[in-house]
Amino acid sequence: MTIAATAPVTDERVAKKSTVSKLLGRPEIGALVGAVALFVFFAAVAPVFLQPGSIATVLYGASTIGIMAVGVSLLMIGGEFDLSTGVAVISSALMASLFSWYFSMNVWVGVLLALVMSLGVGFINGWILIKTKLPSFIVTLATFLMLTGLNLGLTRAIGGSVSTPSVSNMDGFESARAIFASSVNIAGVDVKITVFIWLGMVAVASWVLLRTKIGNWIFASGGDANAARAVGVPVVKTKIGLFMAVGFCAWVLGMHNLFAFATVQSGEGIGNEFLYIIAAVIGGCLLTGGYGSAIGGAIGAFIFGMANKGIVYAEWNPDWFKFFLGLMLLLATIVNLVVKRRAEQK
Amino acid sequence: MENDQITQETLLQGETDPLTSTPVHLLHLDKVGKHYGNIIALRDVTMAVDAGRVTCVLGDNGAGKSTLIKIIAGLHQHDEGTFTILGEERKLSSPREALDAGIAAVYQDLAVVSLMPIWRNFFLGSELTTGFGPFKRLDVDRMKEITKKELQDMGIDLRDVEQPIGQLSGGERQCVAIARAVHFGAKVLILDEPTAALGVKQSGVVLRYILQARDRGLGVIFITHNPHHAFPVGDRFLLLKRGKSIGYYNKKDITLEELTAQMAGGAELAELAHELEALGGHTDVVAEVEAEVGATEARRT
Repeated sequence: MTIAATAPVTDERVAKKSTVSKLLGRPEIGALVGAVALFVFFAAVAPVFLQPGSIATVLYGASTIGIMAVGVSLLMIGGEFDLSTGVAVISSALMASLFSWYFSMNVWVGVLLALVMSLGVGFINGWILIKTKLPSFIVTLATFLMLTGLNLGLTRAIGGSVSTPSVSNMDGFESARAIFASSVNIAGVDVKITVFIWLGMVAVASWVLLRTKIGNWIFASGGDANAARAVGVPVVKTKIGLFMAVGFCAWVLGMHNLFAFATVQSGEGIGNEFLYIIAAVIGGCLLTGGYGSAIGGAIGAFIFGMANKGIVYAEWNPDWFKFFLGLMLLLATIVNLVVKRRAEQK
Repeated sequence: MENDQITQETLLQGETDPLTSTPVHLLHLDKVGKHYGNIIALRDVTMAVDAGRVTCVLGDNGAGKSTLIKIIAGLHQHDEGTFTILGEERKLSSPREALDAGIAAVYQDLAVVSLMPIWRNFFLGSELTTGFGPFKRLDVDRMKEITKKELQDMGIDLRDVEQPIGQLSGGERQCVAIARAVHFGAKVLILDEPTAALGVKQSGVVLRYILQARDRGLGVIFITHNPHHAFPVGDRFLLLKRGKSIGYYNKKDITLEELTAQMAGGAELAELAHELEALGGHTDVVAEVEAEVGATEARRT
C-alpha cells in the first residue's frame, strides 16, 4: 500500500510571511520601538541630549544595568529568575576589596577570589533550586536576604565601618582599574570601558543563545523542562550554569564599582535586582521562560539609561524617574504582548 | 474466544537469526508478566513486532497498556516470561538502553517545546554542530534542511520549519515527533495513544503517518482504545483487559465488528443490565443497556 504524499507547496505559503511580520515576530521589537520613541522624545525636549558627551553618559548608565541584564535575560529565558543579583554585585566588590586590604595583598588576588565566590553563589542558588525544586523566587529571595546581612555584618566586623577602606594605593590597583574602570577616548569623547565590556557580553550571549547547543538547551529548559529532559537535554546543568553566568556578570559589575570608586558602601545594591529584571522584561523576555533575547535585555538597559539621564538633561525633577520607569515597563510589555500575538496569528 | 490465539508463522520480512536461520521477530514478548508488590499489573501477554508491520495494543483504561509499553520502552522491567529483541533475550533497564536497541517511544505529551522553532525541536538534545573549539556552532542550515527533508519524506507539508512548533496542530506535532524518532534511528516505534486527544480529521492524518512509518520499514506498536483507529492500520491486534491478554489476532482472522465487540465486552454489558434491573434501576436506562447488548450480540453472530 502506498500513501499519496501530498507534494509540499511550501513556497506559496511562506511568501505570506513578509519581512515586516518576521521582524515583528522578534522578541525585542517592542523594546526597539520604545527605545526609538524615547530617543526622539528626549532629543526633541532636550537638545543637549544629542551631544556626543551626553550619549556617552547615557551609554555608561545603560552599561551598568546592561552588564547584569545579559545574565538575567539568559536566566529568564532559561525559566528562572534571580532576586539576589543587586546585592551579589556588592558582595563581589566587598570580597575583593576586604580580602586584599585585610591581608595586604595584590588586589588581583582579591579580584580572582571574588570571581570564585560569585560563581559559587550562582552555583549554590542553582543547586538549591534543583535539589529542593522550590521556585527560584523563594530560593533567591533567601540568598538576597542572606547576602544583604553578610555584606553589612562582615564589612563592619573586618573593616570597622559601613564602607570598606580605600584600596586605591594598593598593589595592582592601577592595572585593575585600567581593565574594569577606565575610559576610552573616541573622537574627543571619553567613553567608559564598561560600555565596551557590555556590548561584548551582549554579542557573546547572543551567539551562545542562537548558535550553540547550549543556547538551544537554555530555550528548551525554560520552555518545557520535562520535554527537554525527555529528549536528553541536561536541564540541571543548564540551569546551574545560568545561575553561574549571572554570578559572572555580578563579578564584572562589582569589579567596576570597586575600581571606579576604590571603596564600597556595604548597604548598596538593594533594589537594583529589579532594574535588571525590568531591563530583561522590557527587552521581551517572558517571565515564564522559553522566549527572549540577549539583545532585548540590552535595549531594555539602554531605555533605562536614556530615561535616567534624559530626565536630568530635560531639567526635570529626578523624583519622576521611577514613575517614568514603571510606565515604560507597562507600555513595553503591552507592546510586546500585542506584537507577539499578532505575529503568531500570521 | 480466548483460545483463538494465533501462531506467528506468518512472518513476512522478519530478520533472520544467523545461527538457526529461522525468522525471528524484531521484538517478541512471550507470556510476559509484571506485578507491583502484590498487585498484578500484567500477566501472560504474548505479542510480536516485525519490521514493516503494525501491532495494535487495544484496551480500556487500566487494561495494562501503559505497563506493557513501559516494559518495552525500558521504564519498567518484567517479572515473568521472556522479552526478546531480534531473538536475543533482554531486560531493558532504562529508556536510554531501549533507544540504543532502536526502540523509540512517542508519548502523548510529545516532548516538544512549543515556543521553539520546529527545526530546533527536531534536533533538540542531538544538535548538529560545525567548527572547532570556541567556534563550535550549530549547523543551522543543515539542520533546517534535514528537518524539511525528513518531514517531506513522511509526507508532512509544513509552511516553514522556522515557525514555533506550538503553532502546529496536534496531529502535525505528533508527526514531527514520529519523524524525529525515525530520523534518529528508531527501528521500533511505540505510539502511546497518538489519536486520543485529536479530532476525526486529525486522527486520520496521524493514522496516515503510521502507515508511512510502516512503509519505511519500521515496526510500529500502536496503542489505542479505539478499534476504529486500530483496525484500518493494524496487522496484528492484542487485546488487553485488566492486565490480561484476552485475544491476539492476525488481521485476516478478525473483523472490525468482532474487534469492537471484544473491546466493548458484550457479556459484561449483559451482566450490568441484570444488575441494574435487580436494583430497580430506571427502566429507560435498563432498556438502553439491553438494546446495546442486543446490538453487540447481533454484531458477533
